[in-house]
Amino acid sequence: MSAAPKDVKLEERLITCIASYLNDCPHIAVGVISPIPGSAAMLAAEKQGGKVSIIGSNHPKYRCDGGVELFDQAGQGRINAFFLSGGQIDGQANINLHGVGGYPEMKVRWSGAFGSAYLYFLVPKVILFRLEHSRRVFPEKVDFVSSPGVSEPGTHRPGGPYALVTNLCAFSFDKAKGGFRLDSIHKGTTLEEVQDNTGFSFDIPDNVPQTPEPTDADLALIRSDIADAIAGPYPKFARQVFGKAA
Amino acid sequence: MLDPWAASAHFLAMTQYLSTADDLAALVPDGAQIAIGKPPLSPTAIAGAMIRRGVKDIHLITSPTQAYVADLLIGAGCIGLVETSGVSLGELGPAPRFVAAVKSGAIQIKDSTCPAVYAAIQAGEKGQPFAPLRGLIGSDVLASRPDYKIVENPFEPGDDIVLLPAIRPDFAIMHAPKADRFGNVWIGGRHELKSLAHAAKQTLITVEEIVDGDLRLDESAAPNLISGLYVRAIVEAKQGAWPDAAPGYYGFDEDAVIAYGAQARTEAGFNAWLSDHVLPAVAAE
Repeated sequence: MSAAPKDVKLEERLITCIASYLNDCPHIAVGVISPIPGSAAMLAAEKQGGKVSIIGSNHPKYRCDGGVELFDQAGQGRINAFFLSGGQIDGQANINLHGVGGYPEMKVRWSGAFGSAYLYFLVPKVILFRLEHSRRVFPEKVDFVSSPGVSEPGTHRPGGPYALVTNLCAFSFDKAKGGFRLDSIHKGTTLEEVQDNTGFSFDIPDNVPQTPEPTDADLALIRSDIADAIAGPYPKFARQVFGKAA
Repeated sequence: MLDPWAASAHFLAMTQYLSTADDLAALVPDGAQIAIGKPPLSPTAIAGAMIRRGVKDIHLITSPTQAYVADLLIGAGCIGLVETSGVSLGELGPAPRFVAAVKSGAIQIKDSTCPAVYAAIQAGEKGQPFAPLRGLIGSDVLASRPDYKIVENPFEPGDDIVLLPAIRPDFAIMHAPKADRFGNVWIGGRHELKSLAHAAKQTLITVEEIVDGDLRLDESAAPNLISGLYVRAIVEAKQGAWPDAAPGYYGFDEDAVIAYGAQARTEAGFNAWLSDHVLPAVAAE
C-alpha cells in the first residue's frame, strides 16, 4: 500500500477534528447537508466500531429510516451524537436556521428548523459545525432561536450542544456555564484571527493547542472507504473534495 | 373467511383511475389544505397540473420538509400559507421562490420542526385531537406557533411537554412507484407516505406504472401499500417525480435542479422555467 500524500485539505482536517469529539458514541446520526460531519461520523465508527445512520443514504451500512423512526430513536435516547448548523450560532449555542431580521417577513430567510428544535434537546452530543467562521455567523445573540442552546431547569433535556467546529477552530460547550471554551486552533490560523471573527465571548485557556493533523492512517481511510461511501448521499461534495463520482 | 375479490371490488369502486395528472388537479379546489412528502417521490406531475389549472390559496403542509415542488407551487402563486419544517434545495442551495415569498409576505408561514409534523400527522391518522412532543420549549419556533400548547405531563408533575394539534389535510398528493388495479399503491420504503395518506381526507396519486395482479398477494410488497380505502384517484404518469428521484426507476436530476435554482432567483427566470417545463402540457392538448 502506498502512503497517502500528505497535502492535507481543510475538509480532511475538519473530518478528523470532528471525529475526535465522537468517542463513546455507538450510534451517530447524520442529517441533510452534512458531508463533513457525515465523513467524521463514518471515520469515528470505522475506528471504534458503532453504527452511523445517514438520512437519505441507501448504502446498506448507513441506511436508516430517515423519517419517523430516527426521531423516535432520539426520543428514546438511542442516538448518541448528531450534527447541527446554523445561519447564526451565538455564544449560548442558540442556533438560528430561520433568518435575519424580524420574523416572519425576515430580511434574509433561510430554510427553517428541520429537526433541530427537537433533536437538539434529545441527542446528548450535538456537534455544531459551520464552514464560515465570521462575526455575521457567530453574533452575540441570534436573531431567531430555532433551537435554544440551554434550557430552563426542569425542562426535559438530556441532549444539547457538545462542541462547535469551524474552519478556524474547535470549541467545546460548557453546559454549567452556558458558554463555549476554545479547545484548539486549526493549522494556519491564529488566536487573534479567531477572536477577530467571533462576535460572542468565549473562554480561552492559557495554552491553546493546534488541532491535531490527520494521521496517515486516517487520511488513507478518508480518501478511500469514506470518500466512496459519502458519494452516495453527498455526490456534489464527494466530487469536489475527493474527485469521486457517485 | 374474507373473500379477497369482494374486497377488491369494493376498493375498485372507491378508487378512480384517471388519465392525466390534470384530471387529478381538477379535483383540488382553491383554498384546500394539501400535504406533500419530502423528496424523493415528490408529486411534480400533480403540482404542474395544479399550476396549469391556476389553483389558488392552497394551505400547503410539507411532511416534513420540501424542495423543488414546494418552491414551484409557491413561485406559481398557488400557495397562500405554507406549514413546513424547512424548504430548500438541499445540497444545491436555497429554494428561491420560497425565500422571496416569505420575505415579501406574499405567503404566510407556519414554521415547525420535522418530528412535530410527523407526530401531528400520526395523531391525524389515529383520529386523535393532538400529539405530545418533546423539545421545542424555549424556541422561537414554539413562540411563533400559538396553536402549539405547553401542558404539564399529567403523569409527572412539573414535567412540561408541548401538544400539537392533529393534522388532517383535505388532500395528500404524492408520486409512488406503482399501483395495482384495486386501488393499492406501493410506496417502497417511504412508510411515512402511508401515514400521510391515512391522515388525509383523500389522497391523489401518480405512479410510474400500473401493474397487473393484486399487490396484496405479494408478502414483501403488502406491508408497504397504501390501501385503496384512502385513495381517491390514481393516474399513471411516468417521470411524475422529475427532477426528483423515483427510486428503482430514475435518480435525482441534479443538473436540472441546479439550473432551476439559478434561473428561479428572478421572477422572470422562474416564469421562463414554468413555460419551458410546466406549462407545455396544456399547449400539447
